[in-house]
Formats: sequence, C-alpha cells, structure tokens
Amino acid sequence: MKIGVCLKQVPATDTRIRVNADATAILTDDVKFEINPYDEYALEEALQLKAAGKATEVITFTLGGADADPRIRDGLARGADRAVRIDDPALAGSDALGVARALAAALKAEGVGLVLAGRQAVDGDGSAVPAMIAELLGCAQVSWVDKLTIEGESFTAQRAAGGGVREVVTGSLPAVVTTDKGLNTPRYATLPGIMKAKAKPIAVKKLADLALDASSVGAGAALVSFSNMGQPAARPAGRILKGDSASVVAELVSLLHNEAKVI
Amino acid sequence: MGNGILVYCEFENGSPRKTAYELLQKAVALGAGPVSALVIGGGDTSTLGANGATRVFQVDAPQVASYSTGAYVKALAAGIAASGAATVLAAASSPARDAFPRLSARIGAGFGVEVTDLRNEGGKIVGRRPVYAGKALVDVNILSAVGLFTVRPNSFPVAAASGGSAAVVAVDAGLTDADVDVKVIDRVAPANKAIDLTEADRIVSGGRSLKTKEQFDEVLRPLAAAIGATVGASRAAVDAGLAGHGEQVGQTGKVVNPSLYIAFGISGAIQHLAGMRTSRVIVAVNKDADAPIFQYATYGIVGDLFEIAPLLTAELRKHS
Ligand SMILES: Cc1cc2nc3c(=O)[nH]c(=O)nc-3n(C[C@H](O)[C@H](O)[C@H](O)COP(=O)(O)OP(=O)(O)OC[C@H]3O[C@@H](n4cnc5c(N)ncnc54)[C@H](O)[C@@H]3O)c2cc1C
Repeated sequence: MKIGVCLKQVPATDTRIRVNADATAILTDDVKFEINPYDEYALEEALQLKAAGKATEVITFTLGGADADPRIRDGLARGADRAVRIDDPALAGSDALGVARALAAALKAEGVGLVLAGRQAVDGDGSAVPAMIAELLGCAQVSWVDKLTIEGESFTAQRAAGGGVREVVTGSLPAVVTTDKGLNTPRYATLPGIMKAKAKPIAVKKLADLALDASSVGAGAALVSFSNMGQPAARPAGRILKGDSASVVAELVSLLHNEAKVI
Repeated sequence: MGNGILVYCEFENGSPRKTAYELLQKAVALGAGPVSALVIGGGDTSTLGANGATRVFQVDAPQVASYSTGAYVKALAAGIAASGAATVLAAASSPARDAFPRLSARIGAGFGVEVTDLRNEGGKIVGRRPVYAGKALVDVNILSAVGLFTVRPNSFPVAAASGGSAAVVAVDAGLTDADVDVKVIDRVAPANKAIDLTEADRIVSGGRSLKTKEQFDEVLRPLAAAIGATVGASRAAVDAGLAGHGEQVGQTGKVVNPSLYIAFGISGAIQHLAGMRTSRVIVAVNKDADAPIFQYATYGIVGDLFEIAPLLTAELRKHS
C-alpha cells in the first residue's frame, strides 16, 4: 500500500503577522516557513507504518510553487520516498475545495491507500481540506487522531469526540486520517537523510497531468472569498496587584467578583 | 436561493447543549429570515422554540445513535434541503469539525470555519474568523447559494429564553447501515468529568514551573474544582508529563474562549497566547514581572505560584 502525506509549508509559529495592502492575505517577505507542525505527525506516522511493513511507499503531496521545495526536501530527508508538487497558474485564488480537488486528483493518480494529513494547517487554520479530499475520493475519514493501527484492509483509530472523550473507531481502507499532537514524536532529518534526499524526485504536476479541468479550481470556482483582513484590537491595559500575598489574593477575588463579574 | 438560518443543535444526555441556545439566539439577532433548528437523533426539543426556532427539523434513525461521518453528513444534507435555509450554523465541536467540510464539498456550499463573529450585510451573512492562530482576523464571504459556518463556542452571549414554541418536522434522510462508514467501538471518558476546554467558561491553567505531575494535580486541580473550572496547561507542561495532551492550550493544542482564564507560571509564549488571547478576563500569576503574559493579563500578580495558588483556592471556596 502507498501512503500519501499532505504536506504544507506555513509561517513559523513565532512569526509576526503583517497584512497586505488590499487586506486579503499576509505579507510573506521575510517570513520563515516550516512544515506545518501537524503534518509532521502525519509524515512520522507514515514512516513508522512503512517501517512496520504496513506500507510500501511514502509519498508527500504539496500544492504550491518552487518556494515550497525546501520543506518538501525536509520531508524527503526525514524519510519520505518521493514527492508530488502540484503547481499550475490556474490554481491561483482556489478556496479549500479547489485545493482539495487538486490534491485528491494527484492522490488518486498515485493509487494511494491511506492519506495522512495534519488536523489543520496553522496558517489559515482551516481544518477543511482533508475531509473534502475524503469526499472527493469517496472514502472514509477520521479527524484529530492520536492513535492509529492498520491491520490488512482495515484501520482502528482513536479520535477526539468532544467533552474530553476519545472515541475508538474502526473502518475500511482507503481512508483519510488527520493527525493530532500525541500521535507520535516526529523525527528530525539526519545528515545522511539530507544527503539521500538530494537524489529523491519531486514530480511537478500541472492540472492537465491530473486530468483536472481548470474551471474546477482557482478563484472562478471558489465558494468563499476572504476580505477585510486585520489585526485583533489590542487588549486594554491590565493591572498588576500590589501588596503581600494575602492581600493581593483577597483583592483579586473581589475584582473578579465585583468588577469583572466572572465569579 | 434559500431563506433564513438553520442551526444544527447538538445534544448531550438528551438535552440541547448550551451552544445550541447560543447559536439560535444569535441567528434571531442576525435578522435574516426565519430561524429553524436541525436535530440529529432523539432528545428533548421543547426548549428550542423558546430560544428562537420556529421549526425543528429532526432526523432520527438507528444509524445516528453515535457519530459517524457518513451517516451524519447525509443527515445534515437532508435536513438542510428540507429547511430551505440559506445559512447553516453549527458549534465548532469535534463532530461538526469532521462533518462540515465534507458536507461543504457534497452540497457545494461555501464554508466558513470556526468563525467568532457573524453579521448581516444586506441579507447576506458574513463570518469573521481568526487566522494565523488569532494573529489576524478575516471576513469569510459566501459565494454559493447556501453558506455553512462553524462557530467557536462562547462567541456570543446566551440570554434567558423568551420565544415561543416550534413545530417538529421529521425528515427522512434515507439512512441505511452502509452509511455508518466508520464505527465507534469504544469510548474513553476523561479521567475527570470537567467541561471540554473548548467550551469551558472558566479555565485554570499551569505551566512547566509546576515541575511535577503531583504538584500540578495538588496545586491546580483543587483550585479549578473550587470554581467549577476546567484545567489547562502549556505545551511545556504537557511535554514534561504534568498534564495530558488533551489539556494543552495553544496553537498546537486547544483554542479556548472562556470568560475567565487563570494562568499560573506560564510565560506567555506566542503559541500559548494563540490559544487563549480571546478570553474575556485573563489572570496571570508569575514570579517574573517581565513575563510576556502580563501584557495580556487583565489582572496580574507577581509572585510565587506555590504561595498564591493555595491562598486563592481558600479565598475562592468562600465564594462558592
Ligand atoms: C511549533 C510550536 C508549537 C507550539 N505550540 C504551543 C502550544 O500549543 N501551547 C503552548 O503553551 N506552547 C506551545 N509552544 C511552546 C511555546 O513556545 C513555549 O515554549 C511554552 O508555551 C512555554 O511553556 P511555559 O510557559 O509553561 O514555560 P516557560 O516558558 O518555561 O515559562 C515558565 C514561566 O513560569 C514562571 N515561573 C517559574 N516558577 C514560578 C513560580 N514558582 N511561581 C510563578 N511563576 C513561576 C517563569 O517566570 C516563566 O515565566 C509551541 C512551540 C512551537 C515551536
């Protein structure tokens, strides 16, 4: 079985965000990019499944320009066998569904049996593309998984179910599984891994290579648009309580009760 | 083109969750046509009308007894079609997060994920949502006939119910056992039965400065219990084994939105702030007066948490 890992580059989590002039996106000059932290769990799980003999090949799938290649190489250096990058001008302005269409077409073309993706990309925090891929592939999906086992054609996964409850679920492959913190501890690339990755292929695909019609993706096919991006209002200045421990604690409780009215 | 707003109301132990009332009341306030409720499964629907629903669409079948993506997406699609609504709202719970993107692809409806605000612009509902872990906010405009939004819990106030009653309309989604694509075989309940962090109205959180799991449990959990708060933690605390993964607040943990967030010995790293900066009142206890968390705190105490926490626990007990 081939495992497909959706791998996206996102601004490093400590990036200071600045908004562009037409308030539709962030400025990306001098932003440092990293592999989306949740995708690292997806890649690690795929590599462990392959090591355990449950998969024959681990392929990463990325939508984006050549500027994503360093992150894709990082994935290859950690152990992915090869990478597919979808890059076509017609994809510009795609919403989550447009992105999912492109990725689903590429995953299908490779005959992937298990798709692993981070539970959300920490840029747009959308958390939508993997479930859309599952719908387009017509297969099962499990979200926010922190335990996964594959046995033949079936999987068992533990997922968040709200209220702090974890549900153990089972279903049949093919499936799309989104990965949460706690699933594993992602490895870093080693020096030999980095050397090996240089020889591993990154196949760049156009929409035509995936038999996708340009009218099904891009701004023209989008079901949502984004505007008016801005930064949250600064919090009003707070107050540091002064005095000995007993008196600041008494003052705090009185403030919470009488001023903030939260207790 | 549809009309009105449909609120997908989740139930727990046979009654609507608080988020159902929050969204029904917000839907009424938006003033964009009739408000109806969608209920999947059984339960007491009698309070939905008083909170603003004029009709309750209900899909009940053995296949929806527990959540599965396949059965729920089909049920949601049938309920939306029956209601004829232009806008669908749901709380951003675990099941809704799983089902809604798939539903969006299935019915070709634009989807705004985990919005924290909604407004009516000339009859069109526009969502506003945090992106980049809350470092920016953006409007989500729906370009399709039907729009879907999941809404972060506690985004809107809940007032006392004041409306009338709603007629229940049974919807047949044509569910079969084949729709239960992923089967639940076990449920692991949390060790303590507190409210889920993402829906909690009060949170007491601790950092790695608590040093051991024993101290974390002894110092913070009784304090949380004194005010019915849910316990949270920084990533450093979780990675050191002081608290569970499910208790992590932040960019790679839970995003929370309580009225009260009390942080003990948490420095206020940007990734932690990402998860709790929208809390209405933030209290920080930290021995370092320069800790970044104080820039976000409504009330700050510079001091040793091991001294402050027990005093605060005792003082809070007097109030409850
Ligand atoms: C990709 C990525 C994702 C991340 N995601 C998250 C996330 O989701 N959530 C998260 O929390 N972090 C996250 N982090 C980690 C984050 O950067 C910080 O390392 C972490 O939040 C720090 O935790 P802390 O405040 O407990 O520890 P520290 O930063 O070590 O701070 C400890 C604080 O405790 C104070 N202190 C010590 N002793 C006492 C005492 N006796 N009394 C009072 N105060 C005391 C100190 O003054 C200090 O301010 C992420 C990092 C990365 C790189």
